[in-house]
Amino acid sequence: MRRGRLLGIYTIVYLVFLFAPIALLPIFAFNDAAIIAFPLAGFSTRWFERLWTTPALHQALQNSLFIATVTAVLATLLGTCAARAASMARFPGKRAALGFIMLPIALPEIVIAVALLIVIRQVFDLPLTNWSVIAAHTLICVPFSIAILNGAFAALDPSLEEAAMDLGESRWSAFRLVTLPLVMPGIVSSLLICFIISMDDFVLAQFLTGANPTLPVYIYSLTRFVDSLPLIMALGTILVTLSLTLLVIAEWFRRRGAARAGLKTSGGLL
Amino acid sequence: MTALIELKGIHKHYGDYHALRGIDLEIRKGEFFSLLGPSGCGKTTLLRTIAGFEAPSQGTLRIDGRDMQGVPANLRPTNMVFQSYAIFPHLSVAQNVAFGLRRDPRPREQKARAVADALEMVGLGGYGGRAAHALSGGQRQRVALARALILQPKVLLLDEPLSALDKKMRETMQVELIKLQRNVGITFILVTHDQEEALIMSDRIAVMFEGEIAQMADPETLYRRPNSRRVASFIGKMNFLEGRVDEAGERILVDVAGLGRGEVSPEQAPAGATPGPTTFGVRPETLSIVYPGEEPQGRVAPGIVDEVVYYGDMTYYDVRIEGVAEPLTISMKNLMGRPVLDVGTPVGVIWDEKSLVVLSR
Repeated sequence: MRRGRLLGIYTIVYLVFLFAPIALLPIFAFNDAAIIAFPLAGFSTRWFERLWTTPALHQALQNSLFIATVTAVLATLLGTCAARAASMARFPGKRAALGFIMLPIALPEIVIAVALLIVIRQVFDLPLTNWSVIAAHTLICVPFSIAILNGAFAALDPSLEEAAMDLGESRWSAFRLVTLPLVMPGIVSSLLICFIISMDDFVLAQFLTGANPTLPVYIYSLTRFVDSLPLIMALGTILVTLSLTLLVIAEWFRRRGAARAGLKTSGGLL
Repeated sequence: MTALIELKGIHKHYGDYHALRGIDLEIRKGEFFSLLGPSGCGKTTLLRTIAGFEAPSQGTLRIDGRDMQGVPANLRPTNMVFQSYAIFPHLSVAQNVAFGLRRDPRPREQKARAVADALEMVGLGGYGGRAAHALSGGQRQRVALARALILQPKVLLLDEPLSALDKKMRETMQVELIKLQRNVGITFILVTHDQEEALIMSDRIAVMFEGEIAQMADPETLYRRPNSRRVASFIGKMNFLEGRVDEAGERILVDVAGLGRGEVSPEQAPAGATPGPTTFGVRPETLSIVYPGEEPQGRVAPGIVDEVVYYGDMTYYDVRIEGVAEPLTISMKNLMGRPVLDVGTPVGVIWDEKSLVVLSR
């Protein structure tokens, strides 16, 4: 009994520690003062209005959306191929190959960033553009995509595709008609998660971004100006809401996929 | 009758593993043919080779006179019922059955009728609208059958289709499959490890061990005249006795250790007979016991009951006979008035030289 209560208190303290700073975001985003401090000065939406009228922010948002969309598509495409090979194909060196593909999850982002910077600038002498960020984001997103899609592919009976071929379909149309619909929820889930990861990333973008920064890089540049802090709070509020929404949608798709294949849900991100 | 399927010298290697070692086989049109063997004997590989999922490393395969080399599974006149049934879980029962009709140019209503007919044929009339993942094992199998048969293939391949069902369901489906095959007249090739199932269902059976066909025959020949000790022990229960062939000329004279001398016909030596030490086989139901008070008819060897296993309709006795290495298993019908004998009872064992099989070593 006592122990149960202590654990309960611990859980509450833990959650407060985790989420209280984020809860501050909307509070000060709607606060009618340039200084981040209590007591609150009254309700205002002027920081959101100022966001609306900052062209540099719009450019940064546009960059981030472009990068995140392309990254999500590329990473999911590569992830789908790898996850399919992992579950259905047999070839020598399979375990090692998959291990290396999953490795970027464990590598420090800053190491990847510096390494890519050297390769792009010193080795190939290419300019830094949105595409260099896309390359880096794809690299770190593919393992997440594989992790999500592995579940979807592993649950598939390998004879389903063979059955479709046996019934007259070519290899590709068997994949399109049978495998693809069955793993589609996983694919949607992967697209959304990769999109979020790319949108949120700061380290890689800071190193590899070209003349136009991404949203997180732009936000970081704003922190140098004290009077921009409420602006960041407003922007942060929007981003958190967006991320949570996408995450919930992604998880919903993943569970629906599992239910379709007649499985109990396990694992996943939520 | 002409051969619908011809396999000549089929070999299959997976790296160092030699899965099929020279398979020669002809399967006739309209035949119910079974590939029987323990797991790992190559029977499924052979089936998948016919279906087009495996390419043979060597040898030729013809279906209906056409060489199948380089012909992919989707262009072969074969359809398969998979061990897992491979029902598409995201489609309804009707959509599953109609899957193979995608390229069929017939109008929609005709195809819908064909689907309904196919479901009717397998006893699932009215199930078309159901979700496939909500079906029971037996229903899945019927859907898999309807889905394959709707394309009217020349050959239907069945990969252990009954192994996932419980005993009762399996027995029902065995009978239904036989009826279905007779109705549609399509050649069925069944892969199974269950000898009883193969005996019940097949016109002919090929028994496979280690990538080779050990014997190919109709069920009765296979049961009564197995050509080797291995086939004999895989199919049904068989007693093995040591002895020798004394003469293998016009007459085949044998001497069975513990039982005595006799003469056998050439049919009783499916693998041939050569003078010298030999193993003989004899089925439990071809031996019988002289009950106390009964007059023995035929040749009798004295023995002692060593073990009794009561099955209700039958009793299996193991009887030890002097000079015979292992006790002989004898099955006796529990007819009225016949007591179940106790262990240790001295009995006479009636045997007949006509029920002996000379087995190759």
